[in-house]
Amino acid sequence: MSDAGQVRRQRTKQEEEVEETAETTTEAVDTSDVDDLLDEIDEVLEENAEEFVKNYVQKGGE
Amino acid sequence: MAITKYMGTETEFGISVVGRPDFNPVLASSMVVNAYASDGRHRARWNYEEESPLRDARGFVQEGAQEAPVEDEVGLANSILTNGARFYVDHAHPEYSSPECSNPRDAVVWDKAGERILDVAARRAAQLLAADQGKPGRLVISKNNTDGKGVAYGMHENYVVDRRVPFGEIVRQITPFFVSRQIMVGAGRIGNEFDLADVPYQLSQRADFFEVEVGLETTLKRPIVNTRDEPHADPERFRRLHVIIGDANMSETCTYLKLGATALVLAMIEDGVLPDAPAIAQPVKALHAVSHDLSCQRTVSLKDGRAITPIELQWHYLEQGQKYAEQRDVPDWAGELLATWERILVGLERDPMSLEREVDWVTKYRLVQRYRERDGLDWDADKLKLIDVQYHDVRTDAGLYNKLLSTGRVDRLVREDEVRAAMDTPPADTRAWFRGRCLEKYRDAVTAAGWDSIIFDVGRETLQRVPMMDPGRGGRDATEPLIARCETAADLLDALQR
Repeated sequence: MSDAGQVRRQRTKQEEEVEETAETTTEAVDTSDVDDLLDEIDEVLEENAEEFVKNYVQKGGE
Repeated sequence: MAITKYMGTETEFGISVVGRPDFNPVLASSMVVNAYASDGRHRARWNYEEESPLRDARGFVQEGAQEAPVEDEVGLANSILTNGARFYVDHAHPEYSSPECSNPRDAVVWDKAGERILDVAARRAAQLLAADQGKPGRLVISKNNTDGKGVAYGMHENYVVDRRVPFGEIVRQITPFFVSRQIMVGAGRIGNEFDLADVPYQLSQRADFFEVEVGLETTLKRPIVNTRDEPHADPERFRRLHVIIGDANMSETCTYLKLGATALVLAMIEDGVLPDAPAIAQPVKALHAVSHDLSCQRTVSLKDGRAITPIELQWHYLEQGQKYAEQRDVPDWAGELLATWERILVGLERDPMSLEREVDWVTKYRLVQRYRERDGLDWDADKLKLIDVQYHDVRTDAGLYNKLLSTGRVDRLVREDEVRAAMDTPPADTRAWFRGRCLEKYRDAVTAAGWDSIIFDVGRETLQRVPMMDPGRGGRDATEPLIARCETAADLLDALQR
């Protein structure tokens, strides 16, 4: 790539370091939100996945 | 200075009648389109006069091509909406073509309005299905591009380009951009079209369906750059670049970036400020390879023998865009667009998964991964394939993307009240305003309308055609005072002739 590309790579590396240190301080893993999310998705997901997928057949377009 | 990049999207939605797999999809699509338009008022016909999908941008008209230019012969539903959009049946899909917009944020608003229109239309059509069979019917409408069984359908973008720009220059400069932009705006999908065991998930819905670099076709031998030359405007001044490479996006950031970045690249080409883009050795192969690499770090080969990552390719265009914005007169939306573009690229470089709230392919991948972890599912599980489809379901209460949106797990870029308003209001600063408002106020006198004209029948000897050959003329400021004071279409026509 061009010289500009090199300059840019250095800049983002610095940014990465800053962000990484910021992340380590807030790394308290909480899985309850993920559980809630999947429960909520379960509520709206089509009941019979096998039948839905079997019947989901489209014709070509464009 | 580059001309204003008027833009818009056209989306073919997936359609399925739940529990009735044999239901004719053309009929179902017609029911959906008709259900939305059936307010008892007179229906204006779409005007095909100016359409020539077989005209090639390279300067010839293709003979014996695969496309049927006019689908109206079987009487398929085809309507014009008061927001300036076209809503019709294309092949076996309901299609929403947004009105012309002057900037990428508006394009997001009117693209989203299309999803809401499909949601309303499908609910109404389902009631007819129920009446037909005596039990509740349900239609699934999905804003995706493949059924995961070898079939693809499209989301096309359109951009107004200055006719003076040589088409070959556009092709050369934009191909590397199209090959790489999917890392930011892919909609994601499970599986691939090549039976590759090591590609259970990929960035783009459509990449695998592209076979050639340049061409006129859209249904077979799909090209990275489509050459259809149908300006829908003054052909001496304008070209409409018809882009077929993109995925239909649920993410507002993706739609915004897809349209905005592409428009900015086109403006740079038009102004002659873009240095030669790195030429990719095998663009079609690279397109597939980029889509298959979730790390976005694998390189593709250039013609000069070097190798480059898709992220670096995007940096090339972004850095030129930043320079362009500093040195030239650019549209006022460019600053915000460039900031979003940079933020997404930095995120991809750091860790693509960090873009879970904004980029479709990441959002869907994370959702699927969580199901895999919780339920111990293999990649070929039907439940995962279901999630892949239902992510794109337009129902605001049951589509999975929309569920993530309503529970605050993905980011918004526009407001819902703007989207709702855009279902029946045209953009104020393009000719779509005149089209939509005439449809609203003088519907009974409009016999036909198209992108670049409206044809009135006010009971005079001949029909009267009002041409709209410039997408930027016919906006609210110029036409609303006239529309406001003309009670009838005849008044309007008289006023226009004075």
